[in-house]
Amino acid sequence: MAVELPFEKPLIELRLKIEELKQFTEEKGIDMSVEVATLEAKAKTLAESIYRDLTPWQKVQIARHPERPTTLDYIRGMCDDFVELHGDRSFREDAAIVGGIARFDGYPITVVGTQKGRDTKENIFRNFGMAHPEGYRKALRLMKQAEKFGRPVLTFIDTAGAYPGSGAEERGQGEAIARNLIEMAALRVPIVCIVTGEGGSGGALGLGVGDRLLMLEHAYYSVIAPESAAALLWKDASQGQRAANAMSITAQDLFRFGIVDEVLSEPFGGAHRDPAAMIRTVKTAVSAALASLRALPSVDLPTLRYDKYRSMGVVMGGATDSRLVDTAVGHEETNGAELEPEVQDSRH
Amino acid sequence: MLKDLFPKKKRYATVAPHPGARDKVPEGLIEKCKRCGQILLGKELEKHLKTCPHCGYHFTLTAPERIQITLDEGSFEEFDADLTPGDPLLFPDYPSRVAKAQEATGLREGVVTGRGAICGCPVVVGVMDSRFIMGSMGSVVGEKLARAVEAAVRFGLPVVLFTVSGGARMQEGIFSLMQMAKISTALARLNETGLLYIAVLTNPTTGGVTASFAMQGDIHLAEPGATIGFAGRRIIEPLIRQKLPDEFQTAEFVLEHGMLDQVVHRKDMRALLATILSLHPQGGETVGCRTAL
Repeated sequence: MAVELPFEKPLIELRLKIEELKQFTEEKGIDMSVEVATLEAKAKTLAESIYRDLTPWQKVQIARHPERPTTLDYIRGMCDDFVELHGDRSFREDAAIVGGIARFDGYPITVVGTQKGRDTKENIFRNFGMAHPEGYRKALRLMKQAEKFGRPVLTFIDTAGAYPGSGAEERGQGEAIARNLIEMAALRVPIVCIVTGEGGSGGALGLGVGDRLLMLEHAYYSVIAPESAAALLWKDASQGQRAANAMSITAQDLFRFGIVDEVLSEPFGGAHRDPAAMIRTVKTAVSAALASLRALPSVDLPTLRYDKYRSMGVVMGGATDSRLVDTAVGHEETNGAELEPEVQDSRH
Repeated sequence: MLKDLFPKKKRYATVAPHPGARDKVPEGLIEKCKRCGQILLGKELEKHLKTCPHCGYHFTLTAPERIQITLDEGSFEEFDADLTPGDPLLFPDYPSRVAKAQEATGLREGVVTGRGAICGCPVVVGVMDSRFIMGSMGSVVGEKLARAVEAAVRFGLPVVLFTVSGGARMQEGIFSLMQMAKISTALARLNETGLLYIAVLTNPTTGGVTASFAMQGDIHLAEPGATIGFAGRRIIEPLIRQKLPDEFQTAEFVLEHGMLDQVVHRKDMRALLATILSLHPQGGETVGCRTAL
């Protein structure tokens, strides 16, 4: 039996009832087909009303669904000749991030992504898709390798966040993510990023700076996990639902804000209902994104990326803009050498 | 009873303080050291650049205070002082929190950027202010820092950023997160032009700021005892089910783990910055600033 979500309960109960009636018809030979048909129509309407208007919190639950396709499912489903590459060449291998080289649309590409497990055992091995610094450093190593060989990079993002453990802190979780941001900003090959499930804060952004950002219909992407936001704002982690609604974290919100370039439709009820169809949709979208980027000269990519990120944010005011200050004047004026002796005294 | 002859606790006559007595101490006249508990006179504290002369504890500075003790007098020229945050998510209580912070600080946002000189070396500086919603980074902080870095590229000047932040600002949601990427793209461009960027991490520097520009410097300096980390102690401790040692995530701890170049006492910071700037091509000549306290 598939894992069902709390808000799907009425639908599941209705479906169980339909099954019962069908069985009844078969066993007792009493014709209940009219009742079954009525209930089936009702179930269809109910399903539509549930899935058409999912709340942000319901989307978070779908995004976290244990049967949702994982990064390796997408890589294997979309690419040929996938060769997985391991290790950060510095400390260790981190199974929470997978990566390697593969053939996509006949071209070699580099693929990287956070990897969740299917069951408890696998999740422990994958650290629930929460990477240590080594994961981000492995990802960076593979991206720099892609740059060397001139192949595009495709990143899959599905993580609750970077792992907040003591070892991760000791080995520079912040530094590892920070380095990825600045290196990805400057990488001279196309980067396509896709949020397939959870886009958890800095841990997601650490694989998320690129030329195109795609997002699945029910994925979310947030500055902080809804539960953590609730814990900080209202001192109550159980208010995740309230935080999820307040923070505008859905793919539709981010598309409206101009942060996501494209929202990819999921199969009815979520990607886990039809993984094969989902993988096909992602493949088509990635193919189009890479084709448009391949046409661009590689030297222009960092500039285009710069313009893309430079425009993000909402700022009010600003009549005097530092960007309008004249260049030549600036340099002379700031050289405050003649002021120096006075300043010295005041500083012991 | 015999026991009563040796009372454990001495009894004193107690006099309740005059109800308004506490209020009569003018603000800033005395301060208690947060580490060693010594009572410090405001003047004494000021003389030591707001560090405790007894234990070396570094009090948090406001952005204007930092600029005053770091830059040459009269050299600072502010950029974009009038930028102010919007409320893109219509987040509950956000505008009132911003208004309160603006009133308390006299600043429009939690970072002050501009151009000035350190011992004669021209620089672009950015200084965060922890009084402004915990020094959190929203769109305006990102925009001002990105513009400051762009100005540095245009003028061919090095950049010094003083960080103090609780991380990305929740109330601006994904826009706050994207500021990490925005500043990173600006700093990537600075790197390409061969200009120097020094990050000075002060107490506390955490979350999204640590995971972006605080850790993207050519040189990373920090003040003693500053808390520096990605995830907060309150998140880590329940997760690993043990209490972390006191020195965890201090500047000294982070130095030991290879993420910093030096931990520098506040009294030596200005001179060290000047020396580093003068060792770089665009740094200019320092004007006798090498002797510390």
